[in-house]
Amino acid sequence: MISSSINENDIEVELEELNQLSQAILTKYGYDFTNYAQSSFKRRIIMVLKKNSIKSVGLLIQKIVQDPKFFEQFVTDITVNTTELFRDPSFFRVVREELLPILSNRPEFNIWHAACSTGEEVISMAILLKEEGLWEKAKIYATDINTAVLKKAAEARYPLRNWELFKQNYSNTNPKGKLEDYCEIKDNEIQFDKDLIKNVRFKQHDLAVDQHFFKFDFILCRNVMIYFNQKLQNRVFELLHNSLFLGGYLALGAKESLIWCKIADKFAAFNENEKIYKKIKL
Amino acid sequence: MANEKKMWEIIVIGGSAGSFSVVSKILEKVPRNLSVPIVLCLHRLKDKREGFKEALEIKSNIPVREPCDKDKIEKGVAYLAPSNYHLLIESKEIFALSTTELVQYSRPSIDVLFESAADTYKGGVLGLLLSGANRDGALGMSRIKSKGGFTIVQDPKDASMPTMPAAAIETTTIDLVLDTSNLVSFFANIEKNLFIHAAS
Ligand SMILES: C[S@@+](CC[C@H](N)C(=O)[O-])C[C@H]1O[C@@H](n2cnc3c(N)ncnc32)[C@H](O)[C@@H]1O
Repeated sequence: MISSSINENDIEVELEELNQLSQAILTKYGYDFTNYAQSSFKRRIIMVLKKNSIKSVGLLIQKIVQDPKFFEQFVTDITVNTTELFRDPSFFRVVREELLPILSNRPEFNIWHAACSTGEEVISMAILLKEEGLWEKAKIYATDINTAVLKKAAEARYPLRNWELFKQNYSNTNPKGKLEDYCEIKDNEIQFDKDLIKNVRFKQHDLAVDQHFFKFDFILCRNVMIYFNQKLQNRVFELLHNSLFLGGYLALGAKESLIWCKIADKFAAFNENEKIYKKIKL
Repeated sequence: MANEKKMWEIIVIGGSAGSFSVVSKILEKVPRNLSVPIVLCLHRLKDKREGFKEALEIKSNIPVREPCDKDKIEKGVAYLAPSNYHLLIESKEIFALSTTELVQYSRPSIDVLFESAADTYKGGVLGLLLSGANRDGALGMSRIKSKGGFTIVQDPKDASMPTMPAAAIETTTIDLVLDTSNLVSFFANIEKNLFIHAAS
């Protein structure tokens, strides 16, 4: 029994319909949403239905399969791109004061921003590296499933309405400069100095299907795994584990946890409060 | 009585401005051996992120926790939606978090929590909506009702901000409208109520 009624405030979507949708997408485009967390995935799908005035998941599947342009927009709509410069300032402060001093002992080091969205996290890290005198030593990859956000990330330009938030976050990281030192404000936008990210390689990478591609000293994978179910989280933890050198560090989002996952015992907490873990076993 | 089916498997509570003291009184009176989980979504100011859980914990008779993503849902615990995240019920076993856009100008949003609870537990949800100055929670209550759950609001006349409970009354069928002291005694006797309402 598959039913979906359209009613402005109350569209019903059954789990089975979500599965059919994910299967159709996987077959046609190779993106695998089958193991996204159903509670939030369902809300996103309902949002897409409303936005496009599509009456049922069946019709949405048709539209997606027939229209690659529409599918591109669909990916942007259902992947959640919210991010901030220095999101969770206390995390960046710990990176600055506790983690970077350790990495600075290595002749050079590799950093991966997995699921970097529009790049605010990448800029934040670059600013820390500059201020701690480590920028030259770092080789950086920044990846996301969504090519549209990667394009934005490479432009390093953000709406001016974020300015107060960005400044406040930065000021809570124990900064060594002023945010103005790294950007210019014009035409209602904040343009960061592109030199900051000239050593960053942006590339599309899908945590749900792609393999590891390099070895890292530090991986940031924040606020993306909340959108995955436990099966997919386990896959991703394994991928991240494989992508880290022994003694490498993994950072998760403020409310993400590694405790219950299958390979938890291969990590030790470096800073539990800020969700930074160290790979201690192969 | 042990064989009887319980009326509700989960209690969800939403509140905004003016709800803190009511929630605090309820938690003070719920029995220590509460046989269902309580999940709270309370709006708070962005710059008052810290200390909220601790403030509730002081008087609470049961543990208060801010869940991490995919944490287990356990009976006898009050879970508080963390600031700046939506809290969702992923399954009867676990929570999920999300940082999608604000809903009803709020994150966490009461609608998001209530709707996901109703979708997962169907008729097994007891929803309570307290004082608040916006309309968050009304649609969530409506979803709880349409899935066969039970709805209670704080009496708008008793609430320091009546908008939120009044919006729910306008939007859907409310099973009980109670003032603070009756709310507190309802939750003090919640274990009995879980069965009384099942019988009726
Ligand atoms: C909420 S943002 C997190 C941005 C940043 N890491 C932060 O914490 O502020 C989540 C990002 O995950 C990306 N994403 C979702 N599914 C993905 C997948 N399977 N593989 C890679 N990235 C994914 C989305 O496109 C989105 O940009």
